[in-house]
Amino acid sequence: MSQKAAPNSKLWRNMLLAFLVGGLICTIGQGVMSWMQALGLSREDGGAITSISLIFLSALLTGFNCYDNIAKHAGAGTLVPITGFANAMVSPALEFKREGFILGVGAKMFSIAGPVILYGSAASVVYGLILAIFG
Amino acid sequence: MELLLTLGKAFFVGGLFCAVGQVLIDKTKLTPARILVGYVVAGVLLSALGLYQPIVDFAGAGATVPLTGFGHLLATGVQKAVTEKGFLGVLTGGLTASAAGITAAMIFGLLVALIFNPGDKS
Repeated sequence: MSQKAAPNSKLWRNMLLAFLVGGLICTIGQGVMSWMQALGLSREDGGAITSISLIFLSALLTGFNCYDNIAKHAGAGTLVPITGFANAMVSPALEFKREGFILGVGAKMFSIAGPVILYGSAASVVYGLILAIFG
Repeated sequence: MELLLTLGKAFFVGGLFCAVGQVLIDKTKLTPARILVGYVVAGVLLSALGLYQPIVDFAGAGATVPLTGFGHLLATGVQKAVTEKGFLGVLTGGLTASAAGITAAMIFGLLVALIFNPGDKS
């Protein structure tokens, strides 16, 4: 009985972990955001400081090898938030340090972030063109 | 009390975005890179259709912290830039709006690579 249910219950367990860890990261972000707004910052500036804070935390935890350890259990919970994007830049940058600062750190930093920035920008340009022509 | 509600909404909606990502990891063969690209492009698309702003208004960081929020930032950036500058804004809007996050990730990544060594254990 428990064996039969295993694959499905594993998915539910992974989803719950992703939900809890991802939710927690967003809650920390909201904490920073609410704090910045209480200090009188605009939504835009507060959002930027929130992103920078989370990226800083993620980079630090990646340096101490903590983020990747949490990610083993949290799956999408640590991948989907902006901290996962930061980890995808910092982790290969550190890992390929031995290949030098140009083709190691400099290039490998963008192996995942590059496509994200490229296709995100491409989508925004398509949207911008539609707005500029028909808007 | 109001702060608790704000935090709770961010937790719940942000958690949902991640739970959906977990289903994609477990049920499809999508690599993490493809999922991140998919989330950003989906964020641009949903924002262009006007569907993402209501989620941001409701959940705050619960909608802006997941990578769909990065797409939302690109889309709102290009919207603003096109309104202000016309066609030039098509090319400047996205990265201008997301410059803080991208530059922060690059610089912190460089600093970590300078300070730490691969395999360092805490």
